[in-house]
Amino acid sequence: MEDTRAPEIAISAQRQWSWKEFFFQWEWLLVVVLLIVVGANTWLSPYFLSLNTFIRTPATFLDKSFIVFPMMMVIILGKIDVSVGSTVALSAVVMATSYNAGVPMPIAMLICLLVGTTCGAINGVLIAKFKELSFVIVTISTMMIYRGIAFIILENRASGGFPGWYAFLGWGEVAGIPFMMLAFIAVAVIFGLLLHRTSFGRVVFGMGNNATACRYSGVDTDRVTMTVFTLAGFMAAVTALFLTSRMGSTRPNVAMGYELEVIAMVVLGGVSTNGGMGRIAGPILAIFIVGFLSFGMGLANLQAPVVLVVIGLLLIVSVLALRVRFTVKKKKPVV
Amino acid sequence: MNPGLKKRFGNAERLRELGLLLFILVLGAVIQVRNPAFLRVSNLMSLFTNTSILAILAVGMMMVLLTRGIDLSIGATIAFTGMVTAMTVARFPQMPPALAIAQGTAIGTVIGMIIGVLVAKFDVLPIIATLGMMNIVRGMTFVVSGGRWVSSHQMPNSFKAIATGRTFGLNNLIVIAIAVYIVAFYFMNHTRTGRRIYAVGSNPSAAEVSGIPRRRLIFLVYTIMGGLAGLAGVLWVARFASAQGDTAMGYELQVIAACILGGVSILGGVGKISGLILGTILFGILANALPLVDVSPFWQLGIQGVTVLVAVMANAMVLRNTERSALRRRAI
Repeated sequence: MEDTRAPEIAISAQRQWSWKEFFFQWEWLLVVVLLIVVGANTWLSPYFLSLNTFIRTPATFLDKSFIVFPMMMVIILGKIDVSVGSTVALSAVVMATSYNAGVPMPIAMLICLLVGTTCGAINGVLIAKFKELSFVIVTISTMMIYRGIAFIILENRASGGFPGWYAFLGWGEVAGIPFMMLAFIAVAVIFGLLLHRTSFGRVVFGMGNNATACRYSGVDTDRVTMTVFTLAGFMAAVTALFLTSRMGSTRPNVAMGYELEVIAMVVLGGVSTNGGMGRIAGPILAIFIVGFLSFGMGLANLQAPVVLVVIGLLLIVSVLALRVRFTVKKKKPVV
Repeated sequence: MNPGLKKRFGNAERLRELGLLLFILVLGAVIQVRNPAFLRVSNLMSLFTNTSILAILAVGMMMVLLTRGIDLSIGATIAFTGMVTAMTVARFPQMPPALAIAQGTAIGTVIGMIIGVLVAKFDVLPIIATLGMMNIVRGMTFVVSGGRWVSSHQMPNSFKAIATGRTFGLNNLIVIAIAVYIVAFYFMNHTRTGRRIYAVGSNPSAAEVSGIPRRRLIFLVYTIMGGLAGLAGVLWVARFASAQGDTAMGYELQVIAACILGGVSILGGVGKISGLILGTILFGILANALPLVDVSPFWQLGIQGVTVLVAVMANAMVLRNTERSALRRRAI
């Protein structure tokens, strides 16, 4: 009796593969959108469509993409972190200040990563240990505090004058490919494996679906929450490294509004804000859609405010579209 | 603690409000000692005038927070309504100020209604819907104005008089804020709709089961917030006599912070108008009186953030303690 039951469960747990299922996926829609964006850009500028564009242009928008991956995990947990933009500013400001105070640049860069990680860890501890506080209020107040500290340190001055080799991070190329692009690919692979091939990733999805059940099955949910938020802080510091390298100097008001763009990319990538859903390919496509879209609007001579409007619309429309898809799918039993 | 005292202050809510009042008094005393100009009538009046816009917005934000929502778009709404109104009065200087106020409020209401539809009808998370709207409305502000400012000399004096004139010896802004608070007090405490907003926040499913139109109330709450933000936009532009694309950027955080200091819970269902008044006054002191005691303006954001975090954490601790002592009492 037991022999027949066990394989049955194993089969039902395996998703039935079908052509319809395969093409009725969010990621294909994103691919189509990306093609439309690229098509529109080509139409706008005859110089757009070249291998060079696809290899070099991304360096103009990849800096914030490093936060997209941990933010994806945060949203899969069913939470949101709006403090990442402030974390970028604080870690960049501390790095620049300590370098100008005489700290060698490599150590200043380590300090930058340390500051970001600490910021993330503070968020994580507050959210995990104070369950009465919602993640919204914790990250909103740390958003104010982190940027507040950056303002206390630098007031309204800029700080820069970094050594020449530091520019390599943002502008350098290895074998004709921008270093930033290579770093992005490496980070994407690492996070893809972490999310979809490790037990930690499974736990993150599990917690997004039912945190209580996870805790009762012996998962240290507090530690997972803290790890995910710490990762977000760390990657915000990585963004700070690349952003500062590209800009050559930093101010306390850098990276304002990054949280919105990052959240928009994650949501556009098909990650449900209800938690527990999402695949790494979606946000990656979304990064390039948003990036090339802004680039194209630059080509079309549209000012930055129009880009703001479009990104806001994109966020809302993709949330609505996801919702429609979800209600369509709900009619079938979901595994 | 002796039982009589416990009975009198047993209500954690009341205790919190008292603590807040005490903190305001201590803070006021410290500032007064450092700078005797603080408690002058003229200074207090300007403090209240500066705080009244925040106070008006806090009423709307409290209603949104009561339903477990949040509105991050109000800074952008202020900028947009302020810009459109300023451009209108610059074009038609004969326009009566009351009409300008009505126009701004109407525009804000429409923006609020859009958010209301997204949140109430389509179940978009409030933080996502308002974050998106914040971008859209902020971008629209720049687009509408073409990146230009409307400055003081383009506005007719009758319009600027909205914020400089006096009624009953008080600045108009204070009078408008008081009026908003009286209406809000009556609405939240003595009308069925007001009480239902609390019900929706403290237990949405129970509210829905008992026949309360949850979605319609959520829609209403965002609409009111939008309307108040529109009103605040007009007042803002009249007060500072300039409309810019980046007006009130990040102001939503200050409004949320004032609400939270005033004891409004972000988890919904908890918050009173009386607490809100104390919260906004405390926030007004933090925002306006710190320069008087030589605190650099660059410290402000950090101080505000820390205050909010400490307030919510202290709140959580008090709540934990009362729950624990309640449990202990039951065990005995």
